[in-house]
Amino acid sequence: MSEKILVIAETKEGEIRNVSFEAIAAAKKIKPDGEVVGLVCSNDDLENLAQELIYYGADRAITVKNDNLKSYTSEAFGQAVLAVVEQESPDGIIMGHTSIGKDLSPKLASKLDSGLISDTIDIEIGGDQAVFIRPIYSGKAFEKKVITSGTPFITIRPNNIAALDRDDSRSGNISNVDVAIKDLRTIVKEVVRKASEGVDLSEAKVIVAGGRGVKSADGFKPLYELAEVLGAAVGASRGACDADYCDYSLQIGQTGKVVTPDLYIAVGISGAIQHLAGMSNSKVIVAINKDPEANIFNIADYGIVGDLFEVIPMLIEEFKNVAVS
Amino acid sequence: MNIYVLLKRTFDTEEKIVVSNGVIEEDGAEFIINPYDEYAVEEAIKQRDEHGGEVTVVTIGDEESEKQLRTALAMGADKAVLINTEEDLEEGDQFTSAKILEAFFEDKEVDLILAGNVAIDEASGQVGPRVAELLGMPYVTTITKLSIDGETVNIEKDVEGDVEVIETSLPLLVTCQQGLNEPRYPSLPGIMKAKKKPLEELELDDLDIDEDDVEAKTKTIDIFLPAEKEAGKVLEGELQEQVKELVSLLKNEAKVI
Repeated sequence: MSEKILVIAETKEGEIRNVSFEAIAAAKKIKPDGEVVGLVCSNDDLENLAQELIYYGADRAITVKNDNLKSYTSEAFGQAVLAVVEQESPDGIIMGHTSIGKDLSPKLASKLDSGLISDTIDIEIGGDQAVFIRPIYSGKAFEKKVITSGTPFITIRPNNIAALDRDDSRSGNISNVDVAIKDLRTIVKEVVRKASEGVDLSEAKVIVAGGRGVKSADGFKPLYELAEVLGAAVGASRGACDADYCDYSLQIGQTGKVVTPDLYIAVGISGAIQHLAGMSNSKVIVAINKDPEANIFNIADYGIVGDLFEVIPMLIEEFKNVAVS
Repeated sequence: MNIYVLLKRTFDTEEKIVVSNGVIEEDGAEFIINPYDEYAVEEAIKQRDEHGGEVTVVTIGDEESEKQLRTALAMGADKAVLINTEEDLEEGDQFTSAKILEAFFEDKEVDLILAGNVAIDEASGQVGPRVAELLGMPYVTTITKLSIDGETVNIEKDVEGDVEVIETSLPLLVTCQQGLNEPRYPSLPGIMKAKKKPLEELELDDLDIDEDDVEAKTKTIDIFLPAEKEAGKVLEGELQEQVKELVSLLKNEAKVI
């Protein structure tokens, strides 16, 4: 009997998030011969989104459309997903380790009496058993974990398990499940957009981050310009947030976001250990700092010792030149 | 208000990590209150000062965790509870902790439970929401603002950089993060007072828990350190040349742009 894995997809601004496609690839990795069922919940029309899940490797897709699914709340989404889980009885569940994934997965796992392995960055298949690798101790070590009882449930960290190539010749069944969502005690009244230009830190391929060396809120302006040229997200060290140069929502580090972009450009960041905890697993790290002794140079792949207010404008020009050529 | 804080004693991850035989070496390491839990303790104290009531700090651990509980008492919490599992449990996971806490809260009148958003050691962020689910109460994670008006609770929650304004009601569980408040340091009089505050110690038996009922559903089979990173390249020459070289390296060597 082939096993079935449910992938709980997530939407952002009307599109499926990339991490959901990565979750489909993860499901395929765990059960290459299994059936992958994608699930998408929203208040909007979902046919096209469900179709995307199939193009990215799902065998079929389920949609739950309900007015109460406009904004995510653990109560409404919990009810929607549990109804589908009840109907499908999957042998495993995967979703992204995103704001929603972190919030929803423990509730579902608790309800299902399941073990949950969060923030998986890699999967190894040893014999019959899937082994999940995840960072611990602020990214300074890794653990290998297995599920010993209950429905296996994992969340995957964005940007670590590659999604399959989109293949629009794929087809699969799309069905809708009606769920009565009721007894909601928590409502989202408003969403205040603070994240800049829609590039989300946790999924960003490129991040430009500033530290105390940026010196002021105004000092962040060139960083935003550089980010725009690169299609990057802007982040910050705790020092910069504490000094009010930018909002806490941008903080990367031990008490902040953990990111693993392809390219991390640390600008005026000394490289305190708390900051490294949030970004040291980035694939390529560039450091720009006036102080040649700054700790950040110890973990950077490439470093420039110099005044960031001179270097950044030059970088912006150079990246523009390269983009044109 | 009856306010509870879920607190965890954690390895200070600023320390160098040594792994031997697939286990992290704890000898000589520093242990601290999980930094996210400090936001929870601080917020609990502030809410109590505003609305009255009592703050109880709860932890699952061993005798060693008393130190972190005393610190929370010194910050201003009223009571502490140590659920000591040293003799009963070999291994546990987030399921285990949540089940134990469910049993602990069974006979308690609870208005508000605060926890850290995530612990910096195992970093799963599961226990708070799991406990809320087991107790049948709503929860909101990663909050940056909390105001309580009667039964109504208004919250600001960080969602990957955006802020969600949420309305919910007590009883409630929230998980706390940076931006919510600035945790205080214990004052000297606070430290003196903390020595006399009640610290209750419970074992699984006291909670009517059989260890089989809380058996972990996941297992760690190995722990390892990341591969050593090679020293990076600090560029040289005229600044303009360095910038050109950097962009070329990123394009042709690292292939990230």
